[in-house]
Amino acid sequence: MKANDKSSQRAGEISLSVNGISKRFPGVLALDKVSVDVHAGEVHAICGENGAGKSTLMKVIAGNYRADEGDLVFRGVKIDLRSPLQAKELGILLIHQEISLVPELTVAENIFLGSLPYNRMGFVDWQQLYRRTEEVIAKAGFKLSAKDIAGELPVARQQMVEIARAVALQSSLVIFDEPTASLTEAEAKALFDTIRQLKENGVAILYISHKLPEILQISDRVSVLRDGRYQGTLQTDEVDENAITALMIGRHLENPNDRPASHPGDEVLSIDRITVPGFIDQAELSVHAGEILGMYGLVGAGRSELAEVIFGLRDSPDVSMRWHGKPVKISSPSDAVRLGIGLVPEDRKDHGLILDMGGATNMTLPALRAVQHFGFISRDKEVRIFEDYREKLQIAARGPFASVRTLSGGNQQKIVLGKWLSTHPDLLILDEPTRGVDVGAKAEIHRLISELAKAGMAIIVISSEMPEILLLSDRAIVIHNGRVTRELPRAQLSEQTLVEGITST
Amino acid sequence: MLLQIIRKPFHLSYYQLVIAFFGLALIGILFVAPTMLSPDNIKLVLRQGSIPALMAIGVTFVVISGRLDLSIGSLLSLCAILIVDLHDKVGPVIAIGAGLGIGLLVGCVNGFLVAVLRLNPLIATLGMLSLLQGISLIYSDGRNALIMDPENTWFSFIGRSYIAGIPVPIIILIIATIGFSILLRYTTFGRKIYAIGGNEAASRYSGINAKRIVFSCYVISGLMTAVAAVVFSSRVMGAQNNSGSGLELYVLSGVILGGASLFGGSGTILLSVVGVMILEFIQNGLLIVGLPYYTQWILTWIVIIAIVWSDLASKRYREHQ
Ligand SMILES: Nc1ncnc2c1ncn2[C@@H]1O[C@H](COP(=O)(O)OP(=O)(O)OP(=O)(O)O)[C@@H](O)[C@H]1O
Ligand SMILES: [Mg+2]
Repeated sequence: MKANDKSSQRAGEISLSVNGISKRFPGVLALDKVSVDVHAGEVHAICGENGAGKSTLMKVIAGNYRADEGDLVFRGVKIDLRSPLQAKELGILLIHQEISLVPELTVAENIFLGSLPYNRMGFVDWQQLYRRTEEVIAKAGFKLSAKDIAGELPVARQQMVEIARAVALQSSLVIFDEPTASLTEAEAKALFDTIRQLKENGVAILYISHKLPEILQISDRVSVLRDGRYQGTLQTDEVDENAITALMIGRHLENPNDRPASHPGDEVLSIDRITVPGFIDQAELSVHAGEILGMYGLVGAGRSELAEVIFGLRDSPDVSMRWHGKPVKISSPSDAVRLGIGLVPEDRKDHGLILDMGGATNMTLPALRAVQHFGFISRDKEVRIFEDYREKLQIAARGPFASVRTLSGGNQQKIVLGKWLSTHPDLLILDEPTRGVDVGAKAEIHRLISELAKAGMAIIVISSEMPEILLLSDRAIVIHNGRVTRELPRAQLSEQTLVEGITST
Repeated sequence: MLLQIIRKPFHLSYYQLVIAFFGLALIGILFVAPTMLSPDNIKLVLRQGSIPALMAIGVTFVVISGRLDLSIGSLLSLCAILIVDLHDKVGPVIAIGAGLGIGLLVGCVNGFLVAVLRLNPLIATLGMLSLLQGISLIYSDGRNALIMDPENTWFSFIGRSYIAGIPVPIIILIIATIGFSILLRYTTFGRKIYAIGGNEAASRYSGINAKRIVFSCYVISGLMTAVAAVVFSSRVMGAQNNSGSGLELYVLSGVILGGASLFGGSGTILLSVVGVMILEFIQNGLLIVGLPYYTQWILTWIVIIAIVWSDLASKRYREHQ
């Protein structure tokens, strides 16, 4: 077989069989004799709660981990993967839950990293590189430009670069680990088109997501993992969300019912004028005690940047705010924390957590004041806070001081939430609070957010997920083209009014 | 490849592998030079080592915060020259005060350059190394400084006496090790240092004022070098312009041998001190075996390369997972 037709395989053939794979980490059996077949030309979804072992299984398939037990048969041949590179050469590509681009390089360089075209002089042949990049981008149908610097792109775009890489490598098995976590609906739709195209070309696709509607829409079959064990495979067109959830968590989930109307109290933060250079021009907003303010918009609309200005992380030439009615100037995050503002950032790995520290240590970081005596940290208090939130948020962690690096994505997110809740802020800004969180935990977090509001906290929820905004907001604003295009009280809140906000000019 | 073969069956991390290597080297030297283990020799080495070890305490703060301080070699020379020179002119109290003052000042300047102006720590402190070398040459006019009557000053107590049979420098080292370990391990200040070294952006998002903390780390580093200079001057009762030359890297290699990562976020005071002492013992062994003292510089190089490699390898390994 020639190297350049790695992707040629007939639809319906078994592309990969996973046979009795087990993987043990210190203290956990992450995978327990998992077997599953993936066919060429199918989108095979993998579902399971946070920590069920989905990412671990994918990393075994992509050569990041070696299984303790079991084997992999890829296109009829038993394979023994020693590195991700080897898997890549065989035609298996994992697109990570966390983006792994070289931020300093251009889009084109990232796509062809490791296989850059060279000219006769031995230098990179830039013309050819850009031409081939344009081809790949066109084939995938993405809005990318070859010469942009990867690190400066918004998350959604960065992810497109990763997917373009799979197209460029002509992989025959492509694994997506929560690809839509940071995409807007429109972008997700574009991604699905790409996936369908890959599928038509006979590529086998493994697809992990916590968004069940999406799985029903895109996948052909769904396999479910629970606590590292294989639960079964379902034919997607024969099931509904409830059936998948039941298999995932071993019980039925009650539907989230509508929140009772809230009775907002006094204004906590009111921004008379705020400008975020490059994003937002002289907006105005306010949030009251006991109120959840939803902030909807497309990825890249500047919502996170707005939050960063409020939190003192980003300078603004033109901002005037009042905190509980009194004018304030917040020029650093420590000012914000002192006032009683918390921010759960969008990017948990880079901004939310110190990965080599423990859960307790991460949680108390913004509130060291509360666990100290004359500057000395009380370990007991730390552990108590940790245990408290571990229980409230159902965090699966090994212990208060075990590094959070190896926790599953959803559990890491819960640690970040706990970290800010433990500061008991007056205003909590949540930037995509349920990204990468499983359905059960998501409902749990939504319930928690409502409860906090009921107890009098002012909350701003930034989300690109319409259902989340619809479910939580007492009031929502839509940010588009640098302006607040809509302000909608709960009574006027609907999918349609939100969409109007991002389509109006 | 070969390394993998050694590493795998024992489940050693890269760092443990390096430590095992140096441990074996030390044992090897002990075989050739058993006199190393005599109580007198051990006392000698510990007393000798307490000077770089005191510096290592300060450097550990800087390294955990994810930065470097390479100015400490010349800072030691300058402080020592100043202390020795002033001792006979204005008396030991003012001399010590002036030495500590210079350490404090240099720490502040380094801290300002790195933490506030955000200059690259390597460049900023290397520049300082060169500047301080120049200043000490100007100050001393190129001559060595000496304390004329070493027998008749209480100043000699710090470097030369014993309390209950233990040399005073070792006692100073023990007190400093305990004190700074507590500071680093149990206080909010120490916690913030680890946080900044572990992930500076996330610390900022948590409301930690990184500037202030990093600044303080450099101040501690400058101060501890000045303290080391006090011990040094009292022990030697003299100082040269190159008394501290090369110490910046030597101390750093001890610190990373003790497990502090150059990427920041990890390390402890006690292990840094132990790291320096291991180097001192190896070096002492080499001297006893008959190798010249400047093998120290070669040793420094080997340690730095080996540890930096292991540090990088294990970081890649971790992030790759
Ligand atoms: N390198 C590791 N070392 C130790 N434990 C690990 C490691 N990687 C994963 N684990 C553990 O294995 C289990 C499975 O984790 P995994 O990341 O596969 O879950 P997941 O199904 O992808 O969850 P999520 O939906 O939250 O992403 C978890 O308990 C996790 O803490
Ligand atoms: Mg995962």
